Amino acid sequence: MGLFHEIVKKPWLDDGDDIDAINNPAAFFLPVSKVGLRVFLVVVSVIFTLLIIAYVDRMTFGSWRAMPEPWVLWLNSVLLIGSSLAFQWARASAKRDNLDAMRDGLHIGGVLTVGFLAGQLFVWRQLVDLGYYADANTANAFFYLLTALHGAHMLGGLVAWWRCVSSMWQGSPVSDLRLRVELCTTYWHYLLLIWLVVFGLLLIS
Amino acid sequence: MSEGLLDETQVIPPAELEEVDLYHAHSFWTKYVFSQDAKVIAIQYSGTAVAIGLVGLVLSWLMRLQLGFPDSFSFIDADTYYQHVTMHGMIMVIYLLTALFLGGFGNYLIPLMVGARDMVFPYMNMLSYWVYLIAVLILTASFFVPGGPTGAGWTLYPPQAISQGTPGIEYGIILMLVSLVLFIIGFTMGGLNYVVTVLQARTRGMTLMRMPLTVWGIFTATILALLAFPALFVAGIMMLLDRLIGTSFFMPEMIQGGELLSTSSGSPLLFQHLFWFFGHPEVYIVALPAFGVVSDIISVHARKNIFGYRMMVWAIVAIGGLSFIVWAHHMYVSGMNPYFGFFFATTTLIIAVPTALKLYNWVLTLWKGNIQMTIPMLFCIAFILTFLNGGITGLFLGNVSVDIPLSDTMFVVAHFHMVMGIAPVLVIFAAVYHWFPKMSGRMLNEGWGQFHFWITFIGTYLIYFPMHYLGFVGVPRRYFEIGETSFIPPSAATLNEFITIMVLIVGVAQIVFIINIIASIWTGKPSGDNPWNATTLEWQTATTPPGHGNFGDELPVTYRWAYAYSVPGVEDDFVPQNMAPGDVKRSDGGQ
Repeated sequence: MGLFHEIVKKPWLDDGDDIDAINNPAAFFLPVSKVGLRVFLVVVSVIFTLLIIAYVDRMTFGSWRAMPEPWVLWLNSVLLIGSSLAFQWARASAKRDNLDAMRDGLHIGGVLTVGFLAGQLFVWRQLVDLGYYADANTANAFFYLLTALHGAHMLGGLVAWWRCVSSMWQGSPVSDLRLRVELCTTYWHYLLLIWLVVFGLLLIS
Repeated sequence: MSEGLLDETQVIPPAELEEVDLYHAHSFWTKYVFSQDAKVIAIQYSGTAVAIGLVGLVLSWLMRLQLGFPDSFSFIDADTYYQHVTMHGMIMVIYLLTALFLGGFGNYLIPLMVGARDMVFPYMNMLSYWVYLIAVLILTASFFVPGGPTGAGWTLYPPQAISQGTPGIEYGIILMLVSLVLFIIGFTMGGLNYVVTVLQARTRGMTLMRMPLTVWGIFTATILALLAFPALFVAGIMMLLDRLIGTSFFMPEMIQGGELLSTSSGSPLLFQHLFWFFGHPEVYIVALPAFGVVSDIISVHARKNIFGYRMMVWAIVAIGGLSFIVWAHHMYVSGMNPYFGFFFATTTLIIAVPTALKLYNWVLTLWKGNIQMTIPMLFCIAFILTFLNGGITGLFLGNVSVDIPLSDTMFVVAHFHMVMGIAPVLVIFAAVYHWFPKMSGRMLNEGWGQFHFWITFIGTYLIYFPMHYLGFVGVPRRYFEIGETSFIPPSAATLNEFITIMVLIVGVAQIVFIINIIASIWTGKPSGDNPWNATTLEWQTATTPPGHGNFGDELPVTYRWAYAYSVPGVEDDFVPQNMAPGDVKRSDGGQ
């Protein structure tokens, strides 16, 4: 259903020329949870976009002292890319009704994500030990804020992941899990994208 | 109205849409407390919003007592005055108006008006309310902590908001920011529900352009809120970090008591941009649902289709879009490049075009209508006048050269109270008088309603019209007391006394409204299912109040738009949206 086509209609004439739209008025041919996730990801995007704009604005201030980029951040990025690939594998396996492969994909994806979060905490520890406190410079504060918010979103994703694997362990059939796996995969891909943007920003600054 | 009303859409088969997997409550707790039914959640939202709104009302009395009768009350000093101002503003804008329009009316009306059984994510909808309640409780707790609530002003501008000397610096500001962050998390849960329900869960035949304008208003306002609240969320978290762990997102280098503070080169202006990127759309988050509700109520009570439905939809969407590119008109006095000032003044004036279009269309809907002077209609007409007044003073203030001298005066207070205080509240009253019969099965008392309307309408004008004058003569806003100021005439003090007395009278008169609601639940005249002879789906439910699942065994099928009033050639002066074309009685005796 084209939105433009829809909003130029004259409902007072009620010509009933689009019976398809009338019989199925849903705006998207998608499950509601997929639409809900996409709307939520728009909200998440706004949060990170605003932070990135604020970051770029503050970079121009004379007092800005860029932070070092510990090599562990590269390793963490690899872990997150790996978890995203694992979720993609789980999603493809769910589509093929392959429970074993889906299970492996979900397990690997979850473990790599936990590894990513542990790695982020390790980086924090390392930077604090080197004296890069949040209150020492705004660049430091932005680094901790961006990574914390991204980590909080990953933790939220892990809650959804946990509910999904719990159902799987309790014997839910693949058909019941397919949608959840798809939602997790979309979410992981999106948070990977956000991380790559944030990491890129840290690198160029 | 076209004769095409009786058309080929009668081929629509019975509703077979995929139904929401309804949660069925089995105990008192899950039915009335931790309920997942949008109607119960709506009442919970509304009750909480009105309760905290009454606190905001009392705070306005305390504020006005100081302005009208300076230094007469020992329990009001400069600190408490600023705390009253701050808490009044934040409570009214966020915790009352936003919560009531979106959480209250949104939850009650969206599923019913689009023909859905419930919201699409009922569990998350329930969580939304409880997170909102926790946010309200945290905000309220700030009245009882050492130092009291924050007195930073409702805009919470740094560095003042988190600097020593500002009331509530100890705990008040922390609780305010935590409360706001929680409010936004809770709202996001609810907002996702409203948007996805409108997009995906409309019943068969309910195309977007057959939706009542109330749904369009709430839907667009929710999208605005989902895009605008993140700015407040980000600003709130950054300021919390500035206050709690000493970061300098917003805190510049400062010297206090001769000592250089540890803060360094933060940007207070960054906060202002973030705040107003949220703050201006917030005006329309409140106004757009009000626009929608007024459109529907006017049409029902004038027995006439809304004039220019398509234009009304487009105007709502256009106003929503434009509201994101006008925010810096709140910051003219903060200083900006003149070209930016020109840009924001221009966009501000442009937004008046779709807004004026709506006003014209409301008036043209009334033109030659069969106007029923019911209480909801009275409040709607009052809204049109009030919004017009507030909107026109907004055009003055949108111009940089006029805004700068008026910005810090009572003129601005009068302007924004007319346009986003009184005007939306008048719509809330109209909506309550209009939909109370559906929610309770009983009518509100007409006599008490008349009393409530006239004292509120005339009273608010007696409060805010003189306030414009005070602004013109230079009475500043935000001042605890102005004392003997040479350029302000003594009559300003007399006028302030008058305004304060009117505030107390109008405020106390609201008790009549509350008593009317409480008494009418038990003693009101039975309303029947559709006392206003309205066309929209919420009036066509099998039971009143609507039961769990909203509609009976089958979802309704929609055959036409929401404004089929006084259709030529049809016997009744309204045709419900779900009445099959074959069932419409023709005045010539045919079917």
